[in-house]
Amino acid sequence: MITELEMGKGESELELGLGLSLGGGTAAKIAGKSGGGAWGERGRLLTAKDFPSVGSKRAADSASHAGSSPPRSSSQVVGWPPIGSHRMNSLVNNQATKSAREEEEAGKKKVNDDHQPKDVTKKVNGKVQLGFIKVNMDGVAIGRKVDLNAHSSYENLAQTLEDMFFRTNPGTIGLTGQFTKPLRLLDGSSEFVLTYEDKEGDWMLVGDVPWRMFITSVKRLRVMKTSEANGLAARHQEPKERQRNQQA
Amino acid sequence: MALRLPSKVLKHILSFIDSNEDRNSVSLVCKSWFETERKTRKRVFVGNCYAVTPAAVARRFPEMRSLTLKGKPHFADYNLVPDGWGGYACPWIEAMAAKSPSLEEIRLKRMVVTDECLERIAASFKDFKVLVLTSCEGFSTDGIAAIASTCRNLRVLELRECIVEDLGGDWLSYFPETSTSLVSLDFSCLDSEVKISDLERLVSRSPNLKSLKLNPAVTLDGLVSILRRAPQLTELGTGSFAAELKPEAFTKLSKAFSNCKQLQSLSGLWDVLPEYLPALYSVCPGLTSLNLSYATVRMPDLVELLRRCSKLQKLWVMDLIEDKGLEAVASYCKELRELRVFPSEPDLDATNIPVTEQGLVYVSKGCRKLESVLYFCVQFTNAALITIARKRPNLKCFRLCVIEPFAPDYKTNEPLDKGFKAIAEGCKDLRRLSVSGLLSDKAFKYIGKHAKKVRMLSIAFAGDSDLMLHHLLSGCQSLKKLEIRDCPFGDTALLENAAKLETMRSLWMSSCFVSFGACKLLSQKMPRLNVEVIDEHPPKTRPESSPVERIYIYRTVAGPRMDTPEFVWTLHKNPEIGVSKLAIK
Repeated sequence: MITELEMGKGESELELGLGLSLGGGTAAKIAGKSGGGAWGERGRLLTAKDFPSVGSKRAADSASHAGSSPPRSSSQVVGWPPIGSHRMNSLVNNQATKSAREEEEAGKKKVNDDHQPKDVTKKVNGKVQLGFIKVNMDGVAIGRKVDLNAHSSYENLAQTLEDMFFRTNPGTIGLTGQFTKPLRLLDGSSEFVLTYEDKEGDWMLVGDVPWRMFITSVKRLRVMKTSEANGLAARHQEPKERQRNQQA
Repeated sequence: MALRLPSKVLKHILSFIDSNEDRNSVSLVCKSWFETERKTRKRVFVGNCYAVTPAAVARRFPEMRSLTLKGKPHFADYNLVPDGWGGYACPWIEAMAAKSPSLEEIRLKRMVVTDECLERIAASFKDFKVLVLTSCEGFSTDGIAAIASTCRNLRVLELRECIVEDLGGDWLSYFPETSTSLVSLDFSCLDSEVKISDLERLVSRSPNLKSLKLNPAVTLDGLVSILRRAPQLTELGTGSFAAELKPEAFTKLSKAFSNCKQLQSLSGLWDVLPEYLPALYSVCPGLTSLNLSYATVRMPDLVELLRRCSKLQKLWVMDLIEDKGLEAVASYCKELRELRVFPSEPDLDATNIPVTEQGLVYVSKGCRKLESVLYFCVQFTNAALITIARKRPNLKCFRLCVIEPFAPDYKTNEPLDKGFKAIAEGCKDLRRLSVSGLLSDKAFKYIGKHAKKVRMLSIAFAGDSDLMLHHLLSGCQSLKKLEIRDCPFGDTALLENAAKLETMRSLWMSSCFVSFGACKLLSQKMPRLNVEVIDEHPPKTRPESSPVERIYIYRTVAGPRMDTPEFVWTLHKNPEIGVSKLAIK
């Protein structure tokens, strides 16, 4: 029975943390934290709290090698859902024929890349999308969907997103494994900002246009690290941008 | 005074024992029992082709007539094992050709089989009867042609979900006109069209043909003509079910099916148009197995079909059946033992949820004999799991795939711990379990403690810490195969429970936090385990603490693998030179 770990524990935790986070951001803080846990001197239990996101994003990591790639759609996690390749091929073929037929009927160009998000009101496979759009967060491989029609304001939306990615109920683990800590996505004071891609394909900071205008032009959302949000176009940006940079 | 059983008597007794588990126990009693057992074993099963050498198997079982081999780890089905990892059939075929020429049956799963390999099989085993390849790859239709043309007494040729280089449909014509022994033929995974006249002739001269599974290229007309010639079929996989809707076509089809009075199993049904389903109504009352998982049929056409299948024991269907349809299944298909519900859309975050936990609850309540479940859905609740466990304590296989990772109980927002606790505690005969949804370490404490008979456990996106793995490896008495992906733990639990790994067939961990140092340590301390680190993107230098992409650990008496590709690291490779340490010595 092996009872000792022959590795430098302090160092290993530090390196593991850095190795697994995209931007090195919050993971670095776990280094040197004394944990306790049941196993005492034999090695601290590394809990989900230590890592900003669970290992699932490593599938994204190893493929993209850097943090600046476009948000991966959730269907791009390798081998998930666990469907055999024969079945998967058959499903994809079914979808392709269906959407090809729909595209032909609508007279549009054929969609050949699932990076192309669908228009919020378009019929997909005969079902009407109810205003659901994809949301991805930096550092998390699995995206989610949120129904814009079920929200009435930016604050509303931000709250939902906070709940989704950083659960605010005590005792539960959010998508990123962190416990409660309000995100404040909209005021630029946290390390994350909320951005969106509009119909022209530009990425903008959320919050600058009236809500109603926003929901007609948004295609998808991304919770981006503030550090990477430099240079994002936004309408009345300058004073707010300066404020954000000062606070970040 | 020692009681000694004469070997003739023991031999006679053993002739009644088919189960290899029992035979394995018999061979542990004493040397003479070991000898008698090994000389009488005809059906050999090797669950991991790298656990033992082909030569050792051939030597031990001289009377072997049937060999079953499994190669790649199960997660290879979901593209988690890179191409070129291994699982080659050739060394086995070579060894058997030399030592066991009386071999009659070969069944391979997840192995790499080449055309040369198939030709060798055809040439080496004079009385070859059965070839079943499941999820295999590496061969072309030429190899199949070799089998068809040379194996005079071929009874079974089944290609199940294989990846075959399809060079055309000619292979079918290689069955000689004199071959009349065929009992089962499955070419459903091939793409090319075969000549219908060849197929008709083959079917006509095979009076023993009981099972026939066609590929999608066979049209409805072709199907009708085949069915006319083989009304004795008990298992049928149709070809494509889409065609122009001519009324004569429908009548012909109906009539052909109604003549198949012994049909028990039906599959295929690709692209089935709902208008054609009534043609199947005549066979429904006799069906025990129905695979609609490639049929994009919706409600209520599905119910019309299913309500006629009162004897159904096995149902595979897509989630298009909806909760309503499953409610109908619960009331009409009282003999149901196995249910599999597959997703109809590959996109992970489908917003339209066709089936919910309610569907499975209906079936669990209504189908008393239900023992095997594979269920894909978007979200679940603890309450549903508790009900299912209470109603169906006889479950043997429970695989729940909540497609949304980390999805909690959507009604209470809690992890699904309580639900899986109920399953583990209540279903005492559970042998196979796949968990999903939001799960904390607690869930695994329950599973470790109560799931005493679980042999295979699959986990994804779960747990909080190393405790999870520790609970499993220190509990789960019967655990043989554990496969884990994307869970936040690694070294400590693995190293603490290293001894457990020798009692298991294999452990797979991918996208977890296992460090390279731990892998090395494990390899060094446990010589009877093969520890493989599979990294498609290995870092230039490997510090001890760097996490590995995938680790595959299995017990073996065959020693280290000699056929590992570049991206597989084992202790016996010297990474800098790229040469095996053993070779240097």
